[in-house]
Amino acid sequence: MFKKILIANRGEIACRVIKTARKLGISTVAVFSEADRNALHVRMADEAVFIGAAAASESYLVMDKIVAACVETGAEAVHPGYGFLSERAAFPEALAAKGIVFIGPNAKAIEAMGDKIQSKKYAQAAGVSVVPGFLGEIETPEDAARIADDIGYPVMIKASAGGGGKGMRIAHSREEAIEGFARARSEAKSSFGDDRVFIEKFIIEPRHIEIQVLGDKHGNIIHLGERECSIQRRNQKVIEEAPSPLLDAATREKMGAEAVALAKAVGYDSAGTVEFVAGQDKQFYFLEMNTRLQVEHPVTELVTGLDLVEQMIRIAAGEKLTLTQHDVTLRGWAVESRVYAEDPARNFLPSTGRLVTYRPPAEGLVDGITIRNDTGVYEGAEISINYDPMIAKFITYGGSRQAAVEAQAEALDAFVIHGIRHNIPFLNSVMRHERFRSGKLSTQFLAEEYPKGFTPHVPQGEEALALAAVAAAIDDVLNERKRHITTQLPAAKPVTFTKERSVLLGKERYDIRIEHGVEGARVHFEKENLFYFCRSSWRGGEIVWHGTINGVAACVQVQPIPNGFCLARGGAEVEARVYTRREADLSAFMPEKAQAEASKALLCPMPGLVRAIHVAPGQEVKAGDPLCVVEAMKMENVLRADQDVTIKSVLAKEGDSLAVDAVIMEFA
Amino acid sequence: MRDVPNLRVLERGNCVKTILERLDEREAIARLGGGIERLKAQHTRGKLTARERIELLLDEGSFEEFDMFVQHRAVDFGMDAVKIPGDGVVTGWGTINGRTIFVFAKDFTVFGGSLSETHAQKIIKLQDMALRNRAPIIGLFDAGGARIQEGVAALGGYGEVFQRNVLASGVIPQISVIMGPCAGGDVYSPAMTDFIFMVKDTSYMFVTGPDVVKTVTNETVTAEQLGGASVHATQSSIADHGYENDVEALLQMRRLVDFLPASNVAPLPEWPSFDTSDRLDYSLDTLIPDNPNKPYDVKELIVKTVDEGDFFEIQQTHARNIVVGFARFEGRTVGIVANQPLVLAGVLDSDASRKAGRFVRFCDCFNIPIVTFVDVPGFLPGVAQEHGGLIKHGAKLLFAYAEATVPKITIITRKAFGGAYDVMASKHLRGDVNYAWPTAQIAVMGAKGAVEIIFRKDIGDPEKIAKQTKDYEDRFLSPFVAAERGYIDEVIQPHTTRKRVSRALALLRTKNLENPWKKHDNIPL
Repeated sequence: MFKKILIANRGEIACRVIKTARKLGISTVAVFSEADRNALHVRMADEAVFIGAAAASESYLVMDKIVAACVETGAEAVHPGYGFLSERAAFPEALAAKGIVFIGPNAKAIEAMGDKIQSKKYAQAAGVSVVPGFLGEIETPEDAARIADDIGYPVMIKASAGGGGKGMRIAHSREEAIEGFARARSEAKSSFGDDRVFIEKFIIEPRHIEIQVLGDKHGNIIHLGERECSIQRRNQKVIEEAPSPLLDAATREKMGAEAVALAKAVGYDSAGTVEFVAGQDKQFYFLEMNTRLQVEHPVTELVTGLDLVEQMIRIAAGEKLTLTQHDVTLRGWAVESRVYAEDPARNFLPSTGRLVTYRPPAEGLVDGITIRNDTGVYEGAEISINYDPMIAKFITYGGSRQAAVEAQAEALDAFVIHGIRHNIPFLNSVMRHERFRSGKLSTQFLAEEYPKGFTPHVPQGEEALALAAVAAAIDDVLNERKRHITTQLPAAKPVTFTKERSVLLGKERYDIRIEHGVEGARVHFEKENLFYFCRSSWRGGEIVWHGTINGVAACVQVQPIPNGFCLARGGAEVEARVYTRREADLSAFMPEKAQAEASKALLCPMPGLVRAIHVAPGQEVKAGDPLCVVEAMKMENVLRADQDVTIKSVLAKEGDSLAVDAVIMEFA
Repeated sequence: MRDVPNLRVLERGNCVKTILERLDEREAIARLGGGIERLKAQHTRGKLTARERIELLLDEGSFEEFDMFVQHRAVDFGMDAVKIPGDGVVTGWGTINGRTIFVFAKDFTVFGGSLSETHAQKIIKLQDMALRNRAPIIGLFDAGGARIQEGVAALGGYGEVFQRNVLASGVIPQISVIMGPCAGGDVYSPAMTDFIFMVKDTSYMFVTGPDVVKTVTNETVTAEQLGGASVHATQSSIADHGYENDVEALLQMRRLVDFLPASNVAPLPEWPSFDTSDRLDYSLDTLIPDNPNKPYDVKELIVKTVDEGDFFEIQQTHARNIVVGFARFEGRTVGIVANQPLVLAGVLDSDASRKAGRFVRFCDCFNIPIVTFVDVPGFLPGVAQEHGGLIKHGAKLLFAYAEATVPKITIITRKAFGGAYDVMASKHLRGDVNYAWPTAQIAVMGAKGAVEIIFRKDIGDPEKIAKQTKDYEDRFLSPFVAAERGYIDEVIQPHTTRKRVSRALALLRTKNLENPWKKHDNIPL
């Protein structure tokens, strides 16, 4: 076994690999770029080597620097994680030249599966079912149209070297095929430096199901069942699970057998994933093989009880698989959500900045539910613009799909992130979505169910009553404390607060009476004549209300606002204010305020030097978007849009020296 | 006011029951103020009535009214025919969370809330009681200035109110909330109180209104543009904050009062903290960016350091390069002053110096300890600043810190350059406990500027300059030169800040320091 390995990656996957290495008694070497000096993987590793500038092309993607880091630290092997160098056939070769082991498959297997056209040819030869399509290279739009006609519409045009949805087009007609070909080709060229594209049948309501395989260097190959990753947004996976709600045992066996056959055909000798697209009729077709550890591998680990990173390290060290196919059983259900730094309300634009608050729920096994959070950040860390905006992979595992999904929804309620925009309320909303719960998935799920993106909904009905009850309970805790303020007027008893109160939840008013009993706070909704029981140890200043509502465990996020709280739970968000009846009555007279009129120009707030202009005339910007950077007192100040505006003209340019109130740009 | 019942109707028999009833009836009439229609009109304008406002400000049922039946005594211009009990102002006392508060509220429905001699006397009586009993006084303004019909008697009334504002200043907290028009003579009483809060869109404040402005200077402005909440809270600094509406303003006043002692001799109010005083926050270790030219939000530091993240900010939208406000440690009030690197790099300019100087003096008046977070690159250079009196304004903050005898705890997080270092509650201004984070840079100026002066002869040699700059950075851009001289008591880990400040405050509860006797000082006004 290795004594020391280097992890040629960053973020959560680097941390993930370090954890297993540590478990195996292997010391670890991290590599880091300029932007990652304070990153979690650097803090966790035994040693860390600086490898260059923030841009991946100058650090994490430079093989020579990684190899040099190995030589410098004496690392015997390298785990590549996913992305970066993980699927470059040249990388294991470069390592081998220095006698360093690559923890992954052999270079030939990477090469064979790295090209989408090549890999399909292998698959066909191995008897794996493939999507009807044309595997040759396509030269002209006319060729593309003819091939598309042959296959039958709709068809998909895809970059050979591509991934992540770049250089991909769907065509429903001959015209679209011609146009899509040109677009896909130019995108492929700019994204991957390789303009080869191919065309294949497009499957309606497809599901993305993949098989995890594991092979050793002694010719043994097994599969570890499937994962379903149909919940995608623009071909980026968002939610994954194992097993798949679609598959039955027979289909699983058939799919597994085909995956193993393909892996055998290319002499696969590590952990890898064979991706399939499946129709709702359980017909499946080979898509591609990923010759690396997948992002979503934890769901497989939870249902199989295996540590895939450990298996990869052991295999790389030459050990034989100790498992046979027969030993592999899938138990329970695991669901993974990818927590991204992105703004669901603004078309999922990446959000960067400081994680002012980062409090994931506690990991571990409680009441039959396992919570696992694979993360590469910590409170106070920076989400940088240079890399993938994934903050964490949040996984719940339980006895059944329902248990895992419900646990995930509840746990997401307690997952607090402040400082940047993130998709937790969105994930939470999906977890509570009826169609998701019923398992009727497809890769179009998000596009169909969330066509306009996502903004938190206003709670209704029981959801609203539960939040109103929590608001009343919170208010009661704070009032009780106020009774203890010193220097009160000498009196028989301290100040008291009436138990009859009104909860203003958004625009709704609920008249309640709050009492204390053995079951916690009892909130009586007078008009509805309903009782809600809230029990919690919540105290002022806590950002999550953990407790039970009518005996059912619940978490509510609590953010103070003037005279109240913003409460969030289950993808809903609402402002709550708890008033006396009189206060509530009089509030009704308060005028509704119209949005303040947008200012028509951006003025320079201080004398300074324009460092950068981020926008151009005609551009539409959203509130909070950076407009320009002005340097003053040697500090860079980012000036942001106050509200959604369109830029009419930009009057200043980079390098200009401006006085206070000089007009930098005008808004339409 | 014609819908007020005629008082003569009430003259009936003399049995005890009817006498008691008569009190109820007279009170009912007084509560109607200028009549139902006018009370309703307040609501249509999005405002509450004087009595409703008092109701929301004070604990339920705690208000006791004085001088409900006071009427004016004017006879000119037919005023003797129009009398309304209360005379345009509601006065009395009650409690906020059990603590005594004196309150007066101008009643816009009665003679437009205008000030007559008797109206002034009601306020004067209340001011005298508040001062005598050492309890805060809050004025709610919604009025049209002096009652012209009373002439000089009204002016006299104003003068008496002003005089009492001044005598009470620094003895009891005085708070003004502007909830409607406030013009002419009415503005100067609030102007002499400790805090002025306004309500957006429904209140305005000016000495002379748009009509006079138009006549005199030919400028055309609306009342809102001339003296609305946003103008005063952002530009003029007259208002300490502008609230969305009456309810929000009044409930926030309750929150503010919870922070304030009743007088300059009363103990600080205290409540059991939900937060632990030794809570460590490791995220503060990465608050200061690696790049010294990158800003960060000092409010994150404040919120993560104080009890429960509860911070009552004063003048949030004015001179945002400095942040001031109230918070608590271990359940006891402190005043927070912090340079804000996010705005103008946290530089001290005239506005910031005045804003913080006034706040520091308020805290010192009322024995509220001051916690200062320092990240200041210096005073703002510029013609406008110098010609605008930066020297004198900057001196106000320096003066305020230097004269303050309350516990003063200072934490230098990053830059403390030049004269601004001295100003920001340094050891030399009797700072009690002065901490620095390891990221602190306590120096005369930044490296580039310093090297260009010290090694002027080498300016042509970039290599030499680079080396000198590096040497300067290594030697002087740290807390250690200051620590070696004892200007810093200790260099502390950022994550321990709350614990260290809490302990220092506990230590300083028994602090005893007095300035030499003087009639009063001569702060550079």
